[in-house]
Amino acid sequence: MAAAESAPERTDARPLKVRPPARKAARFWRGFIVPAAALLVWQLATSLGWVATASIPSPVSVVESWYEWVFGPVIPLAWYSGTWTAYALLSIRRVAAGFAIAAALGSSFGLLLGWYALVSDLFDGVINFLRAIPTTAWVPFVVFFFGIHEAAAISLIAFGAFFPIVTNIAAGARQTPRTLVRAARMLGTPPHKLLWRVVLPCALPTVFAALRIGLGLSWVLVIVAEMLAVQGGLGYALWAAYQVNRLDLIVAAIISVGLLGLVSDWALVQLAAVSLRWQRGLVGQ
Amino acid sequence: MSDPSIISCDRLGKTYLDNSGREVVAFEDISLEIARGDFVTVIGPSGCGKTSLLFMLAGFESKTSGAMLIEGEPIKGPGADRAVVFQEYALFPWLNLRRNIEYGPREKAMPRDEMRRKVDEMLDVVGLASAAERYPHELSAGMRQRAALARVLVNEPKILLMDEPFAALDAQTRLSLQRELSRLSQELALTVMFITHSVEEAVLLGDRILVMTARPGQIYADVAVNLPKPRDPTAHEFSDRRRDVEDLLKRASAQTGETISIPIIV
Repeated sequence: MAAAESAPERTDARPLKVRPPARKAARFWRGFIVPAAALLVWQLATSLGWVATASIPSPVSVVESWYEWVFGPVIPLAWYSGTWTAYALLSIRRVAAGFAIAAALGSSFGLLLGWYALVSDLFDGVINFLRAIPTTAWVPFVVFFFGIHEAAAISLIAFGAFFPIVTNIAAGARQTPRTLVRAARMLGTPPHKLLWRVVLPCALPTVFAALRIGLGLSWVLVIVAEMLAVQGGLGYALWAAYQVNRLDLIVAAIISVGLLGLVSDWALVQLAAVSLRWQRGLVGQ
Repeated sequence: MSDPSIISCDRLGKTYLDNSGREVVAFEDISLEIARGDFVTVIGPSGCGKTSLLFMLAGFESKTSGAMLIEGEPIKGPGADRAVVFQEYALFPWLNLRRNIEYGPREKAMPRDEMRRKVDEMLDVVGLASAAERYPHELSAGMRQRAALARVLVNEPKILLMDEPFAALDAQTRLSLQRELSRLSQELALTVMFITHSVEEAVLLGDRILVMTARPGQIYADVAVNLPKPRDPTAHEFSDRRRDVEDLLKRASAQTGETISIPIIV
């Protein structure tokens, strides 16, 4: 009876359809509304004199200096002209090297720490102590140790990003469902292969979450390192611009770092999406 | 005896420490012989140690007293000869259905062609051939439990240990899986130990029903069910049997292992 009543309603209503792809595109473009509005307000504020351009540069002046920074002629000693690509590559290379070390060591050690009680007993205290020290506190030590050298920046990034990666992955590995471990044992997996067969795949979503945190921190640390410990790179430019009161270049450098961080995070998320195909639908989109 | 027991427990006991460090006796002095090809269902109040008993046979938990033998050999950890089907399916969520079923054969390093053939065969047996490339979260609960069954049967186990495998399924799916299991266990001559909290299920599937007391668990009654299979739950004999077992369970729940010593054999 209920079905008979609801049937005519269904014919009145619009036929049920899969959400058309146009909606998806519209949703994509919607994401640009707020940034565009912010840019507009910023431009109006500076061109209408709501704020002093000495304290906030106008978007136009930022774009102009940025353009020179990227495409201008390379002049000796003029770091603000034509050096952007080289500086960006320097920063990317440092992040890539430091993050790669942190990711490799952090993931493998995190899994061991989370899975083997002995490893956890031996290292938990040390790791918690080292983790409590802000990475920036190591800067003077690192500069002393390596001098003004690439190794200083890379080791600072690797060291700083290692801890959030290791602790998050260890926490993920600790939560391996006991039933899945038992299932694997019952299907013939020997104990020493459980880490590879069960613990790692189970922890994979946590591994990617941890790597994202580590990557974000790597960008923080590359800027710190370039301000204090090494020459060249976006952090170096940022500090140099500050020293000559070039607010427009400071903003250009800040936005550059933000964009690089965004792109690298996006790349990591794409990698995660491929590796975690099996998980789609379990944890939203 | 012409056919020695495949599972034999002698004065088996299990004591564990609870969270506050107190000793809890799950069960004590359980003696039990299960013959090859028997389908044994175990029923009892919650906490009576029936799952512990099952997991000890699986090799997941160790005994604290007595002896427990599989084909005359003591149990040394889990093994593919004793298949376990869990209430929560325990499929590997990162593997599709085919890869889940291939898991055991891969661990044995079975040749590719043979594995392919066996897995295809098993997918047909459980009626999941068309879902082979799907991931567990894309399957219904009934399909997942079928897959879990296929995943262990492909290893040709001697013993099938099932821990309330159908408890989380809807009535319709449960009924169809019960029928399939009943058929498969006869066809493959499996020895099955099946834990349930449903008297109807115990009577529907079991050649033998073990009724356990409250903790510390003890076997209160050992009931042989001589009705022909497949059984019809609406038949008079079935209802009579079910009423008997319900009655035994009610009495068993009021008892503990300390108040009884000799199981009632029906």
